[in-house]
Amino acid sequence: MTIRLAEAPFDPGALLSDFTRGRTETGAVATFTGIARAERGETAVLELEAYPGFTEAEIGKIADQARERFGLHDLMILHRVGRIGPGEPIVFVATAAGHRRAAFEACDFLMDYLKSRAPFWKKEHGPAGERWIEPTAQDHADRDRWS
Amino acid sequence: MARVLLFGPLRDLAGWRARDVEAGSISALRALLAGEDAALGEALVGPGVQVAVDQALVRGDAALSTRSEVAFLPPMSGG
Repeated sequence: MTIRLAEAPFDPGALLSDFTRGRTETGAVATFTGIARAERGETAVLELEAYPGFTEAEIGKIADQARERFGLHDLMILHRVGRIGPGEPIVFVATAAGHRRAAFEACDFLMDYLKSRAPFWKKEHGPAGERWIEPTAQDHADRDRWS
Repeated sequence: MARVLLFGPLRDLAGWRARDVEAGSISALRALLAGEDAALGEALVGPGVQVAVDQALVRGDAALSTRSEVAFLPPMSGG
């Protein structure tokens, strides 16, 4: 299991290749890549702040839940911090399981958690100034699907 | 001296990210910070603000030692 914060841009394809390599009993790998949107010019830069140590530990707790709940063979979560430009990946989640349903669902579960509960703070910088982004009602509703 | 950390909008509001503060409990720390900066004091007890001591979430009050790290965590959003 890998949980990591990244200061620099990353290549989701390379991560997927590494994650998939050497697996002979895993029938399914699902991935999700979140990408910073330009919002038609309204967002020039996204700034992501974490609490190093605490953030990885909190994500680790939910990752353990996901492993148990969906019987995962393995998982990987990589999350950007710092300043992120439009088009750059923010988050990469990969899940490995015996069959596809568990891999898909675990990926969905982990993303719903990351959007509304993981210790990150997100600020948009654009021509109109800057603003902090809080989870939306939809984000909370998405997470509540799993309880 | 406890080490106090602010994250997200709390940091912008206060104008600082980390400070050493003399306080024996979370409630004493909140009162001290509110005395210096009323807007920050209010924000520290705002909706969804959680507190971690030495990187573990706590509910309610808790005692602080001189080496405690206290983090105020406003509503979180990743991805």
